[in-house]
Amino acid sequence: MDDIEKRCIEIIAKSKNIPADSINLDTTFEELNIDSLDKINISFEVEETFKIEIPDDALGTLKTVGDVVRGVHQLRENKPPANVATP
Amino acid sequence: MNRVVITGLGCVTPIGNTVDDFRHSLFSGITGIAPIGPFPTAPAGHPGVRFTQMAQVVDFDPLQYMSTGTATATERAAQFGIVAARNAVEHSGLLQAHAPEDTAIILGCSCAGRQAEEPQLANLYLRDARAHPLTVVRTMANAGASHVSIDLGITGPVLTISTACASGTHAIGMAFHMVRSGMVSAAVAGGHDAPLTFGFLRAWDSMRVVSPTLCRPFSADRDGMTLGEGAAMFTLETLESAQARNATIYAEIVGFGMSADAHHITQPYSDGAAKAIRTALKDANASPSEVGYINAHGTGTTANDSTEAEAIHKALGPDIAPTVPISSTKSLHGHSIGATGAIEALATVLALHHNQLPFTYGVTDVDTTLNLDVITKETRPFDPLRPIALSNSLAFGGLNAVLALRKFD
Repeated sequence: MDDIEKRCIEIIAKSKNIPADSINLDTTFEELNIDSLDKINISFEVEETFKIEIPDDALGTLKTVGDVVRGVHQLRENKPPANVATP
Repeated sequence: MNRVVITGLGCVTPIGNTVDDFRHSLFSGITGIAPIGPFPTAPAGHPGVRFTQMAQVVDFDPLQYMSTGTATATERAAQFGIVAARNAVEHSGLLQAHAPEDTAIILGCSCAGRQAEEPQLANLYLRDARAHPLTVVRTMANAGASHVSIDLGITGPVLTISTACASGTHAIGMAFHMVRSGMVSAAVAGGHDAPLTFGFLRAWDSMRVVSPTLCRPFSADRDGMTLGEGAAMFTLETLESAQARNATIYAEIVGFGMSADAHHITQPYSDGAAKAIRTALKDANASPSEVGYINAHGTGTTANDSTEAEAIHKALGPDIAPTVPISSTKSLHGHSIGATGAIEALATVLALHHNQLPFTYGVTDVDTTLNLDVITKETRPFDPLRPIALSNSLAFGGLNAVLALRKFD
């Protein structure tokens, strides 16, 4: 388990008040009873933790814990260096 | 019109998170006012406030009462409301006899969501941080009422009334009128607030109405109010339905009076308060001579207590006003703004139910210029020959609300 996976699982576990070891990459949001409000709450924590911004259209496609972890990897790889000014 | 009775009680307060604990503190004179301690949200090196005491709810862990999802989506004010309302409803068995769609929820709340909003705004303005996505649902004024409806499955009229320090009293009064008229068959009503943030305390400090020592209503040397937080909730239903199901009846609500001073945004005004008292008695079809107890707004500020005394004299008349036992319970549970009227209504209902009038804790020498029969030092028996009790709330903004309750035998 890499660090991103570990931290994503910790965020989700804390949000739902369940043990982290009850969650793996294949766990679905449906199984965790994650509703739309939970989803934006978890997304916010993930964004704050990894200093990324999850696009609105990506938010709707997240169905599993693995989707979140893969999305974080992808966004971090595409993230511009911190010293590049944005328009 | 229906007669309306109170059949369920619930509370989360600085003097007890159950009605039994509240009652014990109320009649024993155990105050919930204590040193403030560290401000959880204050910036480092802040200059603090001029006062040192407030009345906080202690030993309240929302996860003991609600799911993680609900606890995450709510702020402390709504959490107090959920717990107090659930206790009142479960305790009364209300929903076993009344359809959820024919039941109302009318809650008073003045400062909803401050504990969620204030740190967010500090981050937003000072550190250019993002706002948390749950800020809106945590801070909307109706969050408490909405969560109570979700928690209890009540689908009738649900709304929040915000009239500063009279919010809880207005909510109970409006619910009373709704049940009395037959608009709904039952109601959950009360007040809830949790405003004790750093910014809120600093704002009140700037108004210079908070006691630097301790709230002591009606004392000659009184020097201000003490802030608090909490919730109190009631179930209201018709006398007919309560009797049909053999419910415990704690008191009958017989009248409700409202008025606006139309005078000044902060200065109390005796004409407005007197009108609300008169209106409550008229609504109850009762005379001043029937009033056996007044639970005063009694904030402990110089202006409130003297103006309230003047209003009582105007409303009840110079012969009767000095003979009515009166107390303020704010020196026990503090002034919890939108919740305080409901907490004081709870004190009044318990006084009627247990034939015991709470005393004003912390009074030094009574201000004799008020010409009131202030209950001090120990409780007094309730006089059954004067079966009406009034609970006064006189809010900033000049909005007054007075409940008239009658002992039920």
